[in-house]
Amino acid sequence: MKGKTKYHALKVDTEKCFGCTHCMKICPTEAIRIVDGVATIDQYRCVDCGNCLRACPVDAFYVEQNQLSHIEDFKYRVVLFPSVFIGQFSEIYSEGRIYEALLRLGFTHIFEVEQPALWLMESIKESSQELAEGPLISSFCPAIVRLIQSKYPSLTRNIAPRKAPHDLAAHFAIEQLKMQGANESEIGIFYVSPCSAKMAAVNQPVAEKESIVTGVINMKDLYNRIMRLLPANETTDTSGFRQYLSREGILWSLPRGEASWFKKRSMAIDGIHNVVKFLERLENDEVPKLDFLELKSCNQGCAGGILLTGNRFLTVERLQKRALRYPKASQINPEGVRKETVQKKLISDNVEPRPVFVLDQDRTRALEKMKKINNILCHLPGIDCAGCGAPNCHALAEDIVQGKARMTDCIFLQNKFIKELKVKPDKACANLERIWGKKRFEADCNKKGGRNEGF
Amino acid sequence: MALELVFQIEGGDFSNAGKASSQIKKVLKQLNIDTRIIKRVVVAVYEAEVNVAAHAHRGQVKALFGETEVEVVVTDQGPGIENIEQAMQPGYSTASKEVREMGFGAGMGLSNIAKNTDNLHIESEVGKGTILTFRCNYS
Repeated sequence: MKGKTKYHALKVDTEKCFGCTHCMKICPTEAIRIVDGVATIDQYRCVDCGNCLRACPVDAFYVEQNQLSHIEDFKYRVVLFPSVFIGQFSEIYSEGRIYEALLRLGFTHIFEVEQPALWLMESIKESSQELAEGPLISSFCPAIVRLIQSKYPSLTRNIAPRKAPHDLAAHFAIEQLKMQGANESEIGIFYVSPCSAKMAAVNQPVAEKESIVTGVINMKDLYNRIMRLLPANETTDTSGFRQYLSREGILWSLPRGEASWFKKRSMAIDGIHNVVKFLERLENDEVPKLDFLELKSCNQGCAGGILLTGNRFLTVERLQKRALRYPKASQINPEGVRKETVQKKLISDNVEPRPVFVLDQDRTRALEKMKKINNILCHLPGIDCAGCGAPNCHALAEDIVQGKARMTDCIFLQNKFIKELKVKPDKACANLERIWGKKRFEADCNKKGGRNEGF
Repeated sequence: MALELVFQIEGGDFSNAGKASSQIKKVLKQLNIDTRIIKRVVVAVYEAEVNVAAHAHRGQVKALFGETEVEVVVTDQGPGIENIEQAMQPGYSTASKEVREMGFGAGMGLSNIAKNTDNLHIESEVGKGTILTFRCNYS
Protein backbone atom coordinates (compact mmCIF):
# COMPACT_ATOMS: atom_id res chain seq x y z
CA MET A 1 0.00 0.00 0.00
CA LYS A 2 2.90 2.33 0.65
CA GLY A 3 3.46 5.09 -1.83
CA LYS A 4 0.03 4.57 -3.33
CA THR A 5 -1.98 7.76 -3.44
CA LYS A 6 -4.86 7.63 -1.05
CA TYR A 7 -8.22 8.61 -2.42
CA HIS A 8 -10.12 11.16 -0.38
CA ALA A 9 -13.68 12.29 -0.75
CA LEU A 10 -13.08 15.56 1.11
CA LYS A 11 -11.62 18.50 -0.78
CA VAL A 12 -10.97 22.12 0.09
CA ASP A 13 -12.31 24.90 -2.10
CA THR A 14 -9.36 27.29 -1.91
CA GLU A 15 -11.52 30.17 -3.15
CA LYS A 16 -13.89 29.86 -0.20
CA CYS A 17 -11.44 28.80 2.52
CA PHE A 18 -9.91 31.67 4.45
CA GLY A 19 -7.88 29.66 6.93
CA CYS A 20 -10.06 30.23 10.00
CA THR A 21 -8.62 27.11 11.77
CA HIS A 22 -12.00 25.72 12.93
CA CYS A 23 -11.49 22.53 10.93
CA MET A 24 -7.87 22.17 11.96
CA LYS A 25 -8.75 22.25 15.65
CA ILE A 26 -11.52 19.66 15.43
CA CYS A 27 -9.74 17.13 13.22
CA PRO A 28 -9.34 13.91 15.26
CA THR A 29 -6.09 12.93 13.51
CA GLU A 30 -4.49 16.39 13.32
CA ALA A 31 -4.42 16.05 9.54
CA ILE A 32 -4.97 19.73 8.68
CA ARG A 33 -2.47 22.59 8.49
CA ILE A 34 -2.90 26.13 7.17
CA VAL A 35 -0.59 26.84 4.26
CA ASP A 36 -0.72 30.04 2.21
CA GLY A 37 -3.94 31.05 3.96
CA VAL A 38 -5.94 27.90 3.31
CA ALA A 39 -6.53 24.52 4.94
CA THR A 40 -4.52 21.66 3.47
CA ILE A 41 -5.21 18.02 4.29
CA ASP A 42 -2.49 15.44 4.92
CA GLN A 43 -3.72 12.53 2.85
CA TYR A 44 -2.05 9.90 5.01
CA ARG A 45 -3.61 11.13 8.22
CA CYS A 46 -7.11 11.98 6.95
CA VAL A 47 -9.72 9.30 7.69
CA ASP A 48 -12.52 11.10 5.80
CA CYS A 49 -14.66 11.47 8.93
CA GLY A 50 -15.98 14.84 7.74
CA ASN A 51 -15.70 16.78 11.00
CA CYS A 52 -13.88 19.51 9.08
CA LEU A 53 -16.81 19.90 6.72
CA ARG A 54 -19.17 20.12 9.66
CA ALA A 55 -17.05 22.75 11.43
CA CYS A 56 -16.45 24.99 8.42
CA PRO A 57 -18.32 28.32 8.71
CA VAL A 58 -18.06 29.08 4.98
CA ASP A 59 -18.73 25.67 3.37
CA ALA A 60 -15.22 25.51 1.96
CA PHE A 61 -15.08 21.72 2.27
CA TYR A 62 -16.89 19.76 -0.35
CA VAL A 63 -17.39 16.17 -1.23
CA GLU A 64 -16.73 15.04 -4.74
CA GLN A 65 -19.77 15.03 -6.90
CA ASN A 66 -22.00 12.42 -8.31
CA GLN A 67 -21.53 10.01 -11.03
CA LEU A 68 -25.25 10.20 -11.74
CA SER A 69 -24.84 10.98 -15.41
CA HIS A 70 -23.72 7.42 -16.17
CA ILE A 71 -27.01 5.91 -15.16
CA GLU A 72 -28.33 6.08 -18.72
CA ASP A 73 -25.59 3.65 -19.80
CA PHE A 74 -27.35 0.78 -18.07
CA LYS A 75 -30.54 -1.10 -18.78
CA TYR A 76 -31.01 -1.94 -15.11
CA ARG A 77 -30.40 1.20 -13.07
CA VAL A 78 -30.29 0.31 -9.40
CA VAL A 79 -30.24 2.88 -6.63
CA LEU A 80 -29.02 1.70 -3.23
CA PHE A 81 -29.56 3.93 -0.26
CA PRO A 82 -29.33 3.52 3.50
CA SER A 83 -32.57 3.85 5.49
CA VAL A 84 -31.42 7.15 6.97
CA PHE A 85 -32.16 8.65 3.57
CA ILE A 86 -35.90 8.17 4.24
CA GLY A 87 -35.44 9.32 7.83
CA GLN A 88 -34.29 12.80 6.87
CA PHE A 89 -37.53 13.67 5.07
CA SER A 90 -40.38 15.19 7.01
CA GLU A 91 -43.10 12.64 7.86
CA ILE A 92 -45.58 14.35 5.57
CA TYR A 93 -43.74 12.69 2.67
CA SER A 94 -44.62 9.01 2.58
CA GLU A 95 -42.05 6.36 1.71
CA GLY A 96 -44.10 5.62 -1.39
CA ARG A 97 -43.80 9.16 -2.69
CA ILE A 98 -40.05 9.21 -2.11
CA TYR A 99 -39.72 5.89 -3.93
CA GLU A 100 -41.79 7.20 -6.82
CA ALA A 101 -39.58 10.27 -7.12
CA LEU A 102 -36.56 7.96 -7.39
CA LEU A 103 -38.21 6.15 -10.29
CA ARG A 104 -38.95 9.50 -11.92
CA LEU A 105 -35.27 10.33 -11.64
CA GLY A 106 -34.57 7.42 -13.97
CA PHE A 107 -33.84 4.48 -11.71
CA THR A 108 -35.50 1.18 -12.53
CA HIS A 109 -34.87 -0.64 -9.25
CA ILE A 110 -34.66 0.55 -5.66
CA PHE A 111 -32.94 -1.24 -2.78
CA GLU A 112 -32.37 -0.01 0.72
CA VAL A 113 -28.93 -1.22 1.75
CA GLU A 114 -30.25 -2.88 4.88
CA GLN A 115 -31.99 -5.73 3.13
CA PRO A 116 -31.48 -8.53 3.96
CA ALA A 117 -29.52 -7.41 7.03
CA LEU A 118 -29.63 -10.79 8.73
CA TRP A 119 -27.31 -12.38 6.17
CA LEU A 120 -24.45 -10.00 6.80
CA MET A 121 -24.95 -9.97 10.57
CA GLU A 122 -24.83 -13.79 10.60
CA SER A 123 -21.61 -13.70 8.63
CA ILE A 124 -20.09 -11.11 11.00
CA LYS A 125 -21.03 -13.26 13.99
CA GLU A 126 -19.34 -16.25 12.38
CA SER A 127 -16.15 -14.24 11.87
CA SER A 128 -15.88 -13.70 15.62
CA GLN A 129 -14.99 -17.37 15.98
CA GLU A 130 -11.81 -16.78 13.98
CA LEU A 131 -10.71 -14.11 16.45
CA ALA A 132 -8.10 -15.17 19.01
CA GLU A 133 -8.80 -12.54 21.66
CA GLY A 134 -10.47 -9.24 22.39
CA PRO A 135 -13.75 -7.94 21.04
CA LEU A 136 -14.73 -8.20 17.41
CA ILE A 137 -14.80 -4.65 16.07
CA SER A 138 -17.39 -3.79 13.46
CA SER A 139 -16.13 -2.90 9.99
CA PHE A 140 -19.31 -0.90 9.35
CA CYS A 141 -17.87 2.62 9.53
CA PRO A 142 -14.95 3.23 7.13
CA ALA A 143 -13.80 6.34 9.03
CA ILE A 144 -13.36 4.19 12.13
CA VAL A 145 -11.59 1.43 10.20
CA ARG A 146 -9.13 3.99 8.83
CA LEU A 147 -8.70 5.55 12.27
CA ILE A 148 -7.80 2.15 13.74
CA GLN A 149 -5.39 1.43 10.87
CA SER A 150 -3.48 4.65 11.44
CA LYS A 151 -3.77 5.33 15.16
CA TYR A 152 -4.45 1.94 16.79
CA PRO A 153 -2.64 -0.48 14.46
CA SER A 154 -2.56 -3.26 17.06
CA LEU A 155 -6.37 -3.40 16.98
CA THR A 156 -6.66 -3.99 13.22
CA ARG A 157 -6.72 -7.75 13.79
CA ASN A 158 -9.96 -7.31 15.76
CA ILE A 159 -11.81 -5.74 12.83
CA ALA A 160 -14.34 -8.11 11.29
CA PRO A 161 -13.12 -9.21 7.85
CA ARG A 162 -16.53 -8.54 6.34
CA LYS A 163 -17.73 -5.98 3.81
CA ALA A 164 -20.17 -3.15 4.39
CA PRO A 165 -23.98 -3.18 4.14
CA HIS A 166 -23.89 -1.53 0.72
CA ASP A 167 -21.89 -4.49 -0.59
CA LEU A 168 -24.53 -6.82 0.80
CA ALA A 169 -27.27 -4.87 -0.93
CA ALA A 170 -25.31 -4.63 -4.19
CA HIS A 171 -24.67 -8.37 -4.39
CA PHE A 172 -28.23 -9.11 -3.36
CA ALA A 173 -29.56 -6.76 -6.04
CA ILE A 174 -27.33 -8.28 -8.72
CA GLU A 175 -28.36 -11.84 -7.83
CA GLN A 176 -32.03 -10.88 -7.88
CA LEU A 177 -31.81 -9.14 -11.23
CA LYS A 178 -29.83 -12.01 -12.71
CA MET A 179 -32.68 -14.30 -11.69
CA GLN A 180 -35.02 -12.05 -13.63
CA GLY A 181 -32.87 -12.54 -16.70
CA ALA A 182 -30.51 -9.58 -16.47
CA ASN A 183 -26.96 -9.78 -17.74
CA GLU A 184 -24.44 -8.52 -15.15
CA SER A 185 -22.98 -5.99 -17.61
CA GLU A 186 -26.40 -4.40 -18.04
CA ILE A 187 -26.68 -3.60 -14.33
CA GLY A 188 -25.52 -0.27 -12.95
CA ILE A 189 -25.40 -0.02 -9.14
CA PHE A 190 -25.53 3.51 -7.70
CA TYR A 191 -24.95 3.93 -4.01
CA VAL A 192 -26.25 6.96 -2.15
CA SER A 193 -23.70 7.81 0.50
CA PRO A 194 -24.55 9.52 3.80
CA CYS A 195 -20.96 10.62 4.38
CA SER A 196 -17.52 11.31 2.98
CA ALA A 197 -16.04 8.20 4.60
CA LYS A 198 -18.32 5.82 2.75
CA MET A 199 -17.74 7.75 -0.46
CA ALA A 200 -14.00 7.30 -0.08
CA ALA A 201 -14.47 3.64 0.87
CA VAL A 202 -16.40 2.94 -2.33
CA ASN A 203 -13.80 4.68 -4.46
CA GLN A 204 -10.92 3.04 -2.63
CA PRO A 205 -12.09 0.08 -0.53
CA VAL A 206 -10.17 -0.60 2.67
CA ALA A 207 -9.85 -4.38 2.44
CA GLU A 208 -10.94 -5.53 -1.00
CA LYS A 209 -9.69 -5.20 -4.54
CA GLU A 210 -12.43 -3.05 -5.97
CA SER A 211 -15.96 -2.12 -5.11
CA ILE A 212 -18.98 -3.73 -6.67
CA VAL A 213 -20.69 -0.34 -6.83
CA THR A 214 -20.75 1.45 -10.23
CA GLY A 215 -21.15 5.00 -8.96
CA VAL A 216 -21.59 6.97 -5.76
CA ILE A 217 -24.21 9.64 -5.23
CA ASN A 218 -23.95 12.44 -2.70
CA MET A 219 -26.99 12.11 -0.42
CA LYS A 220 -27.44 15.84 -0.01
CA ASP A 221 -27.58 16.29 -3.76
CA LEU A 222 -30.09 13.47 -4.17
CA TYR A 223 -32.24 14.93 -1.38
CA ASN A 224 -32.54 18.17 -3.32
CA ARG A 225 -33.36 16.38 -6.55
CA ILE A 226 -36.01 14.25 -4.86
CA MET A 227 -37.63 17.25 -3.16
CA ARG A 228 -38.10 18.77 -6.62
CA LEU A 229 -39.61 15.58 -8.05
CA LEU A 230 -41.88 14.49 -5.18
CA PRO A 231 -45.32 13.65 -6.55
CA ALA A 232 -48.36 15.08 -4.80
CA ASN A 233 -49.94 11.65 -4.40
CA GLU A 234 -48.82 8.06 -4.65
CA THR A 235 -49.80 6.68 -8.03
CA THR A 236 -47.67 3.53 -8.27
CA ASP A 237 -47.35 0.78 -5.71
CA THR A 238 -43.67 0.65 -4.85
CA SER A 239 -44.01 -1.58 -1.78
CA GLY A 240 -42.53 -4.51 -3.72
CA PHE A 241 -39.13 -2.85 -3.52
CA ARG A 242 -39.34 -2.94 0.27
CA GLN A 243 -40.42 -6.54 0.74
CA TYR A 244 -37.15 -7.68 2.31
CA LEU A 245 -36.67 -4.71 4.60
CA SER A 246 -36.78 -5.52 8.31
CA ARG A 247 -37.16 -3.71 11.61
CA GLU A 248 -33.54 -4.40 12.57
CA GLY A 249 -32.39 -3.41 9.09
CA ILE A 250 -33.93 0.05 9.37
CA LEU A 251 -32.20 0.62 12.71
CA TRP A 252 -28.86 -0.91 11.64
CA SER A 253 -27.00 2.34 11.01
CA LEU A 254 -28.19 3.98 14.24
CA PRO A 255 -26.45 3.62 17.64
CA ARG A 256 -26.78 0.01 18.94
CA GLY A 257 -28.14 -1.02 15.54
CA GLU A 258 -25.37 -3.60 15.21
CA ALA A 259 -24.59 -4.23 18.88
CA SER A 260 -28.20 -5.27 19.51
CA TRP A 261 -27.62 -8.39 17.37
CA PHE A 262 -25.17 -9.58 19.98
CA LYS A 263 -27.18 -10.52 23.00
CA LYS A 264 -24.37 -10.41 25.51
CA ARG A 265 -21.31 -8.27 26.17
CA SER A 266 -21.58 -5.78 23.35
CA MET A 267 -21.10 -2.04 23.35
CA ALA A 268 -21.90 0.76 20.92
CA ILE A 269 -20.04 4.06 20.77
CA ASP A 270 -20.85 6.92 18.44
CA GLY A 271 -18.90 10.10 17.72
CA ILE A 272 -15.28 9.82 16.61
CA HIS A 273 -13.88 11.74 19.58
CA ASN A 274 -15.71 9.35 21.93
CA VAL A 275 -14.38 6.43 19.93
CA VAL A 276 -10.80 7.74 20.27
CA LYS A 277 -11.15 7.88 24.07
CA PHE A 278 -12.58 4.38 24.19
CA LEU A 279 -9.95 2.84 21.91
CA GLU A 280 -7.20 4.28 24.13
CA ARG A 281 -8.71 2.29 27.00
CA LEU A 282 -9.27 -0.81 24.94
CA GLU A 283 -5.64 -0.76 23.87
CA ASN A 284 -4.58 -0.64 27.54
CA ASP A 285 -6.91 -3.51 28.48
CA GLU A 286 -8.84 -1.14 30.72
CA VAL A 287 -12.28 -2.31 29.58
CA PRO A 288 -14.28 -5.36 30.65
CA LYS A 289 -14.39 -8.40 28.39
CA LEU A 290 -16.51 -7.72 25.31
CA ASP A 291 -17.64 -9.86 22.40
CA PHE A 292 -18.58 -7.09 20.01
CA LEU A 293 -17.85 -3.43 19.63
CA GLU A 294 -19.86 -1.16 17.37
CA LEU A 295 -18.04 2.08 16.61
CA LYS A 296 -19.51 4.85 14.51
CA SER A 297 -17.77 8.07 13.58
CA CYS A 298 -20.85 10.31 13.62
CA ASN A 299 -22.95 11.15 16.66
CA GLN A 300 -26.26 9.25 16.38
CA GLY A 301 -24.63 6.96 13.81
CA CYS A 302 -25.46 7.48 10.16
CA ALA A 303 -28.42 9.68 11.12
CA GLY A 304 -25.69 12.23 11.84
CA GLY A 305 -23.91 11.63 8.52
CA ILE A 306 -22.45 14.80 7.08
CA LEU A 307 -24.35 14.50 3.82
CA LEU A 308 -27.74 14.32 5.52
CA THR A 309 -30.16 17.20 5.63
CA GLY A 310 -32.04 18.12 8.76
CA ASN A 311 -31.69 17.21 12.39
CA ARG A 312 -30.14 13.89 13.34
CA PHE A 313 -32.46 13.32 16.30
CA LEU A 314 -35.54 13.83 14.15
CA THR A 315 -34.11 11.36 11.65
CA VAL A 316 -33.66 8.80 14.42
CA GLU A 317 -37.20 9.46 15.64
CA ARG A 318 -38.70 8.87 12.20
CA LEU A 319 -36.71 5.71 11.66
CA GLN A 320 -37.72 4.30 15.02
CA LYS A 321 -41.37 4.83 14.18
CA ARG A 322 -40.85 3.44 10.71
CA ALA A 323 -39.10 0.33 12.03
CA LEU A 324 -42.18 -0.63 14.04
CA ARG A 325 -44.17 -1.02 10.84
CA TYR A 326 -41.77 -3.62 9.44
CA PRO A 327 -41.41 -7.32 10.29
CA LYS A 328 -38.50 -8.74 12.27
CA ALA A 329 -35.43 -9.81 10.30
CA SER A 330 -35.95 -13.46 11.26
CA GLN A 331 -39.34 -13.42 9.53
CA ILE A 332 -37.86 -12.41 6.20
CA ASN A 333 -36.68 -15.09 3.85
CA PRO A 334 -35.97 -13.92 0.31
CA GLU A 335 -36.95 -16.53 -2.24
CA GLY A 336 -34.77 -17.55 -5.12
CA VAL A 337 -31.48 -15.87 -4.21
CA ARG A 338 -29.25 -18.23 -2.27
CA LYS A 339 -28.00 -16.86 1.02
CA GLU A 340 -24.67 -18.69 0.69
CA THR A 341 -23.97 -17.16 -2.74
CA VAL A 342 -24.28 -13.65 -1.34
CA GLN A 343 -22.55 -14.41 1.98
CA LYS A 344 -19.51 -15.79 0.17
CA LYS A 345 -19.04 -12.45 -1.54
CA LEU A 346 -19.14 -10.48 1.69
CA ILE A 347 -15.88 -11.87 3.06
CA SER A 348 -13.11 -9.30 2.76
CA ASP A 349 -9.37 -9.37 3.26
CA ASN A 350 -8.02 -8.64 6.72
CA VAL A 351 -7.54 -4.98 7.48
CA GLU A 352 -3.85 -4.10 7.44
CA PRO A 353 -2.28 -1.74 9.99
CA ARG A 354 -1.03 1.51 8.49
CA PRO A 355 0.60 3.48 11.30
CA VAL A 356 1.21 7.13 10.41
CA PHE A 357 2.08 8.61 13.79
CA VAL A 358 5.49 6.97 14.19
CA LEU A 359 8.20 9.64 14.34
CA ASP A 360 10.80 7.59 12.52
CA GLN A 361 11.19 3.97 11.47
CA ASP A 362 14.65 4.04 13.03
CA ARG A 363 14.32 3.92 16.81
CA THR A 364 17.46 5.90 17.60
CA ARG A 365 16.31 8.69 15.31
CA ALA A 366 12.77 8.49 16.68
CA LEU A 367 14.13 8.90 20.20
CA GLU A 368 16.23 11.87 19.12
CA LYS A 369 13.17 13.48 17.55
CA MET A 370 11.10 12.83 20.65
CA LYS A 371 13.70 14.57 22.78
CA LYS A 372 13.77 17.51 20.40
CA ILE A 373 9.98 17.76 20.53
CA ASN A 374 10.07 17.91 24.32
CA ASN A 375 12.80 20.51 24.19
CA ILE A 376 10.91 22.65 21.65
CA LEU A 377 7.77 22.41 23.77
CA CYS A 378 9.64 24.12 26.61
CA HIS A 379 9.91 27.21 24.41
CA LEU A 380 6.42 27.25 22.87
CA PRO A 381 3.70 29.20 24.71
CA GLY A 382 1.42 26.18 25.21
CA ILE A 383 -1.82 28.02 24.50
CA ASP A 384 -2.60 26.10 21.30
CA CYS A 385 -3.54 29.31 19.48
CA ALA A 386 -2.96 27.84 16.01
CA GLY A 387 -1.28 31.07 14.92
CA CYS A 388 1.51 28.96 13.45
CA GLY A 389 -0.83 27.10 11.10
CA ALA A 390 -0.74 23.88 13.16
CA PRO A 391 -3.58 22.81 15.47
CA ASN A 392 -1.60 23.04 18.73
CA CYS A 393 1.87 23.58 20.13
CA HIS A 394 2.63 19.88 20.25
CA ALA A 395 1.70 19.44 16.58
CA LEU A 396 3.97 22.37 15.65
CA ALA A 397 6.84 20.83 17.63
CA GLU A 398 6.30 17.57 15.71
CA ASP A 399 6.21 19.41 12.39
CA ILE A 400 9.45 21.21 13.26
CA VAL A 401 11.38 18.01 13.99
CA GLN A 402 9.96 16.46 10.82
CA GLY A 403 11.28 19.42 8.84
CA LYS A 404 7.83 20.68 7.91
CA ALA A 405 7.85 23.87 10.00
CA ARG A 406 10.24 26.27 11.73
CA MET A 407 10.59 27.70 15.22
CA THR A 408 9.81 31.15 13.80
CA ASP A 409 6.37 29.92 12.68
CA CYS A 410 5.30 30.41 16.29
CA ILE A 411 4.14 34.01 16.51
CA PHE A 412 5.24 34.27 20.16
CA LEU A 413 8.75 33.06 19.48
CA GLN A 414 8.90 35.26 16.42
CA ASN A 415 8.24 38.35 18.51
CA LYS A 416 10.85 37.26 20.98
CA PHE A 417 13.38 36.71 18.20
CA ILE A 418 12.63 40.16 16.75
CA LYS A 419 13.22 41.73 20.15
CA GLU A 420 16.49 39.82 20.49
CA LEU A 421 17.41 41.02 16.97
CA LYS A 422 17.69 37.43 15.78
CA VAL A 423 15.06 37.90 13.07
CA LYS A 424 14.49 40.99 10.94
CA PRO A 425 10.90 42.33 11.04
CA ASP A 426 10.41 42.07 7.27
CA LYS A 427 11.54 38.45 7.30
CA ALA A 428 9.15 37.72 10.14
CA CYS A 429 6.31 39.26 8.15
CA ALA A 430 7.19 37.23 5.08
CA ASN A 431 7.08 34.14 7.24
CA LEU A 432 3.57 34.92 8.46
CA GLU A 433 2.49 35.58 4.89
CA ARG A 434 3.75 32.15 3.90
CA ILE A 435 1.36 30.57 6.40
CA TRP A 436 -1.59 32.94 6.25
CA GLY A 437 -1.36 34.38 2.75
CA LYS A 438 -0.79 38.02 1.82
CA LYS A 439 -4.46 38.98 1.95
CA ARG A 440 -4.65 38.28 5.68
CA PHE A 441 -2.81 41.53 6.33
CA GLU A 442 -4.96 43.77 4.18
CA ALA A 443 -7.79 45.75 5.77
CA ASP A 444 -11.06 44.34 4.47
CA CYS A 445 -14.45 45.31 5.90
CA ASN A 446 -16.10 42.35 4.17
CA LYS A 447 -13.62 39.91 5.59
CA LYS A 448 -15.01 36.55 6.52
CA GLY A 449 -14.49 35.37 10.06
CA GLY A 450 -14.40 36.99 13.45
CA ARG A 451 -17.91 38.43 13.46
CA ASN A 452 -20.06 36.31 15.76
CA GLU A 453 -19.16 33.45 13.57
CA GLY A 454 -20.56 30.14 14.66
CA PHE A 455 -23.46 31.63 16.61
CA MET B 1 20.99 9.67 25.76
CA ALA B 2 17.64 8.85 27.15
CA LEU B 3 14.44 10.84 27.21
CA GLU B 4 13.00 11.45 30.67
CA LEU B 5 9.39 12.11 31.61
CA VAL B 6 8.16 12.71 35.16
CA PHE B 7 4.59 12.54 36.46
CA GLN B 8 3.28 13.41 39.95
CA ILE B 9 0.58 11.36 41.67
CA GLU B 10 -1.51 12.34 44.70
CA GLY B 11 -2.58 9.71 47.25
CA GLY B 12 -6.29 8.90 46.95
CA ASP B 13 -6.57 10.43 43.49
CA PHE B 14 -7.79 7.38 41.60
CA SER B 15 -9.43 9.42 38.87
CA ASN B 16 -6.03 10.60 37.70
CA ALA B 17 -4.30 7.24 38.01
CA GLY B 18 -3.68 6.25 34.40
CA LYS B 19 -2.40 9.62 33.21
CA ALA B 20 1.25 8.59 33.38
CA SER B 21 0.60 5.27 31.65
CA SER B 22 -1.36 7.02 28.88
CA GLN B 23 1.45 9.50 28.23
CA ILE B 24 4.07 6.78 28.30
CA LYS B 25 2.01 4.83 25.80
CA LYS B 26 1.88 7.80 23.44
CA VAL B 27 5.66 8.14 23.49
CA LEU B 28 6.24 4.41 22.93
CA LYS B 29 3.83 4.41 19.99
CA GLN B 30 5.67 7.29 18.37
CA LEU B 31 8.94 5.43 18.89
CA ASN B 32 7.51 2.53 16.86
CA ILE B 33 7.76 -0.02 19.69
CA ASP B 34 6.02 -3.40 19.28
CA THR B 35 2.44 -3.03 20.51
CA ARG B 36 2.68 -6.13 22.71
CA ILE B 37 5.59 -4.58 24.59
CA ILE B 38 3.67 -1.29 24.90
CA LYS B 39 0.76 -3.12 26.48
CA ARG B 40 3.04 -4.69 29.10
CA VAL B 41 4.58 -1.34 30.01
CA VAL B 42 1.19 0.35 30.18
CA VAL B 43 -0.29 -2.36 32.43
CA ALA B 44 2.73 -2.24 34.77
CA VAL B 45 2.77 1.56 35.05
CA TYR B 46 -0.99 1.69 35.58
CA GLU B 47 -0.77 -0.84 38.43
CA ALA B 48 2.02 1.20 40.02
CA GLU B 49 -0.02 4.39 39.71
CA VAL B 50 -3.00 2.74 41.40
CA ASN B 51 -0.71 1.47 44.17
CA VAL B 52 0.44 4.99 44.93
CA ALA B 53 -3.12 6.34 44.84
CA ALA B 54 -4.35 3.51 47.09
CA HIS B 55 -1.62 3.44 49.72
CA ALA B 56 0.68 6.46 49.67
CA HIS B 57 0.41 10.18 50.45
CA ARG B 58 2.02 11.16 47.19
CA GLY B 59 4.46 9.86 44.66
CA GLN B 60 5.99 10.23 41.26
CA VAL B 61 6.52 8.15 38.16
CA LYS B 62 9.72 8.70 36.25
CA ALA B 63 10.09 7.07 32.85
CA LEU B 64 13.45 6.90 31.14
CA PHE B 65 13.23 5.96 27.47
CA GLY B 66 16.49 4.48 26.23
CA GLU B 67 17.38 3.02 22.89
CA THR B 68 16.78 -0.59 23.88
CA GLU B 69 14.54 -0.37 26.92
CA VAL B 70 12.37 1.85 29.05
CA GLU B 71 13.11 2.16 32.76
CA VAL B 72 10.37 3.24 35.15
CA VAL B 73 11.00 4.40 38.71
CA VAL B 74 8.00 4.91 40.96
CA THR B 75 8.82 6.67 44.21
CA ASP B 76 6.29 7.33 46.95
CA GLN B 77 6.03 8.80 50.41
CA GLY B 78 3.79 6.39 52.23
CA PRO B 79 3.51 3.53 54.71
CA GLY B 80 6.12 1.36 52.98
CA ILE B 81 5.90 -2.41 52.65
CA GLU B 82 6.61 -4.56 55.69
CA ASN B 83 7.10 -7.87 53.96
CA ILE B 84 7.94 -7.49 50.27
CA GLU B 85 7.86 -11.22 49.57
CA GLN B 86 4.35 -11.48 50.97
CA ALA B 87 3.21 -8.36 49.07
CA MET B 88 4.37 -9.98 45.84
CA GLN B 89 1.98 -12.92 46.32
CA PRO B 90 -1.00 -12.68 43.96
CA GLY B 91 -4.12 -11.91 46.00
CA TYR B 92 -2.33 -10.55 49.06
CA SER B 93 -3.68 -7.10 49.83
CA THR B 94 -3.46 -4.50 52.57
CA ALA B 95 -5.86 -2.14 50.80
CA SER B 96 -8.51 -0.47 52.94
CA LYS B 97 -12.19 -1.31 52.71
CA GLU B 98 -12.83 2.01 50.95
CA VAL B 99 -10.24 1.30 48.28
CA ARG B 100 -11.65 -2.20 47.74
CA GLU B 101 -15.13 -0.81 47.40
CA MET B 102 -13.87 1.38 44.58
CA GLY B 103 -12.87 -1.74 42.69
CA PHE B 104 -9.16 -1.57 43.44
CA GLY B 105 -6.93 -3.39 45.91
CA ALA B 106 -7.47 -6.96 44.74
CA GLY B 107 -3.89 -7.79 45.64
CA MET B 108 -2.76 -8.27 42.05
CA GLY B 109 -0.77 -5.04 41.65
CA LEU B 110 2.80 -6.03 42.39
CA SER B 111 2.48 -9.52 40.93
CA ASN B 112 1.04 -8.01 37.76
CA ILE B 113 3.95 -5.59 37.53
CA ALA B 114 6.42 -8.45 38.01
CA LYS B 115 4.64 -10.49 35.34
CA ASN B 116 4.78 -7.71 32.76
CA THR B 117 8.31 -6.38 33.28
CA ASP B 118 11.78 -7.77 32.81
CA ASN B 119 13.37 -6.60 35.98
CA LEU B 120 11.45 -5.51 39.07
CA HIS B 121 13.27 -4.18 42.07
CA ILE B 122 11.54 -2.97 45.26
CA GLU B 123 13.11 -0.95 48.02
CA SER B 124 10.95 0.02 50.94
CA GLU B 125 11.20 1.55 54.36
CA VAL B 126 8.26 1.16 56.71
CA GLY B 127 6.74 4.50 57.60
CA LYS B 128 8.67 6.35 54.91
CA GLY B 129 7.94 5.04 51.46
CA THR B 130 8.69 2.72 48.60
CA ILE B 131 10.82 2.87 45.48
CA LEU B 132 9.79 0.59 42.64
CA THR B 133 12.13 0.18 39.69
CA PHE B 134 11.33 -1.89 36.63
CA ARG B 135 12.48 -2.18 33.04
CA CYS B 136 10.93 -3.35 29.82
CA ASN B 137 13.09 -4.33 26.90
CA TYR B 138 11.77 -3.16 23.53
CA SER B 139 12.34 -6.49 21.82
